[in-house]
Amino acid sequence: MTTTQKQAQKPSSGIKLPPPQAINGGEAVAYAMRQINPEVVAAYPITPQTFIIEKFSEFVADGIVGTEYINVESEHAAMSACVGATAAGGRAQTATSGPGLALMYEMLWVASGMRLPIVMHLCSRSFSAPLNILCDHSDVMGMRESSWPMLIGASPQEAYDQAVVMPTIAENKQVLLPSANVLDGFTVTHSVERVEVLPDEVVKEFTGEYEPDIWALEPGSTATFGTLDANDYYFEHKRQQVEAMKNSLEVVRTQLNAVGELTGRPMNLVEEYLLDDAEVALVVLGSSEGMVRAAVDEARAEGIKVGMLRIRLFRPFPVDDVRKALEGIGAVGVLDRAIAFGTPGNALMQDLATSTRTMPDRPLLMDFVYGLGGRATPKQLFRQAVDEVFKMNESRVEPDEPAYLGLK
Amino acid sequence: MTLKLRDLSLKPDLFGNGHGLCAGCAEPVSVRQILSALENPPVVALATGCLEVSSTRFPDTTWKVPLIHSAFENSATTISGVEAAYKALVRKGRMEDRPLTFVVFAGDGATYDIGFQWLSGALERGHKFVYVCLNNEGYMNTGIQRSSATLLGAWTTTTPSGDARPGKPEWHKDMTKIVAAHGIPYVAQAASHNWKDLITKVRKAEQADGPAFINVLTPCDRGWRFEPEKTMEVSQLMVEAGLWPLYEVVNGKYKMTGARQKKRPVIDALLSQKRFSHITKNADDATIAGIQAKVDEEWDALQALCNMPVAAE
Repeated sequence: MTTTQKQAQKPSSGIKLPPPQAINGGEAVAYAMRQINPEVVAAYPITPQTFIIEKFSEFVADGIVGTEYINVESEHAAMSACVGATAAGGRAQTATSGPGLALMYEMLWVASGMRLPIVMHLCSRSFSAPLNILCDHSDVMGMRESSWPMLIGASPQEAYDQAVVMPTIAENKQVLLPSANVLDGFTVTHSVERVEVLPDEVVKEFTGEYEPDIWALEPGSTATFGTLDANDYYFEHKRQQVEAMKNSLEVVRTQLNAVGELTGRPMNLVEEYLLDDAEVALVVLGSSEGMVRAAVDEARAEGIKVGMLRIRLFRPFPVDDVRKALEGIGAVGVLDRAIAFGTPGNALMQDLATSTRTMPDRPLLMDFVYGLGGRATPKQLFRQAVDEVFKMNESRVEPDEPAYLGLK
Repeated sequence: MTLKLRDLSLKPDLFGNGHGLCAGCAEPVSVRQILSALENPPVVALATGCLEVSSTRFPDTTWKVPLIHSAFENSATTISGVEAAYKALVRKGRMEDRPLTFVVFAGDGATYDIGFQWLSGALERGHKFVYVCLNNEGYMNTGIQRSSATLLGAWTTTTPSGDARPGKPEWHKDMTKIVAAHGIPYVAQAASHNWKDLITKVRKAEQADGPAFINVLTPCDRGWRFEPEKTMEVSQLMVEAGLWPLYEVVNGKYKMTGARQKKRPVIDALLSQKRFSHITKNADDATIAGIQAKVDEEWDALQALCNMPVAAE
């Protein structure tokens, strides 16, 4: 069961919603982009991101957005154009996947270092080689330290809801950082679901326009963007980014609440499932949530007290929310959909270990690698993970090595 | 259209004081002339390089115009984003339309090599901007390494002159013609010493209906190994020896510009720069004859292009 199938609450704002759309996650993002109507969209086609830019190109061709669409010649150029456009004073967005993100890696850091609130929709995909176009979180983990707030959704509905909220996070004056809306390749980008959308004017009012304090196209501007810092200022500028990332956490919470009020679909930094009385839990990112819930339901039916924690706000990592959610849990299985080669724990495992290390009764942790390169992970594998975590809770011995779910 | 130096001298200096470029560097001279020759207020994108690191060190800036630097290879794309934002902001009624000129300054490394794809993409998309390549024939900012603009035979720190290999073995890339092959409305080669030719080309580039490209030879006394007071003399020698022809390509039509071109043998220019000293110490060196033959051949090809009739528009 995904979030979209949850009982939608009636919007507390009482707004009249347009008819729901039967669209995939890529189209849902494009729908939100049309409503936001950014000044510039610059993108380069890559599977599985193409639905977003093809749909948005139609809006441009039909003249229903005021956006200047730049068909750039690479992903590096996509982010470079967004940097230029945002420094100029426009709102800019892009979308990419896996290798495309790798190619724009230099510019991810330039965008955040220049404090330019660009929004990127990242359709998660594995990294080459071997060439593989399917979903895993290699790209998500590849950008996790680049000072971008990152939200990971689990469904086309969430891809839409998060797309609506992204500019208001990025452009908040306490944040001013580029921000990523992550939707899983294929499982979200290509899955057609019932997606409830907000009226255009509601999104327009919610997102407003980009109102920078300093912009290159401001009449009379003599601002220099992207300076050289020697050893006298670089350190301080990086420290300021730490504060901006910290600030973004409460901004994300506030804005998720605000959009939740409009839609009637609450969104939180972390989403809990049956954790209240749980003895063990699985922690997951993104669209695998549905299958993990099914495994949890099955184990529950057999009397195993297991719950699930899905982390939506991946960066900045919501340490307090995670600790609170895992209080009283004896053992946790961490589901990593990417390998951090040569490290003492894959990415999500590292975050969990660091976040829980000072808890008085910290849960034991066990790392599971799953779903690389689009490998399907059926319910019984997550169920197997539940059983292993349950056993670890009884033996109270943490394994040194991660387990690999579904590896042949 | 004639630009008068007297008029330009009355305009405010948009590239101010206190830059850290080397004594003898041609770049600040040409940058000031280019900025003064523009009719409209500029918005500038800068590639990483000598000019950038010497003029934008936080918390200071030499620039009195809005300026965006983001990385080494992508200044043509940065300005694409600026131009696109400008169009959209005006279209959406968020900003009043006003005359602006979008300008890029990038070195030859950023233009010929690492930024080649970004430049080509921006030219093909047809953004309206003036791209100025400040060509000092090498990676001078990182310490005089060869680029694909470096002349054959030249000593650089990555093509040192040794017994097995006397300097750079390859002929340089003809970037100006490659850019012209994109079919953009205005392309030109200029040189620092010929300010009149340069500012005329800048104004034409600004008025072109689409992307424009000017490749300006900006001799580097540190990298080319000559005394700092000789910069303009060396620039002139390069043109007079036919090593840097001054011409423009207006809507596909090639035309030579400026006087005193190819009036001397290449040896006269090579002798002015110690980067060629390992070759020029022997007047009979086969490399010199080879360079002369290739320059003659390219000159003839360029004259043929200039004499080629272009279909009436």
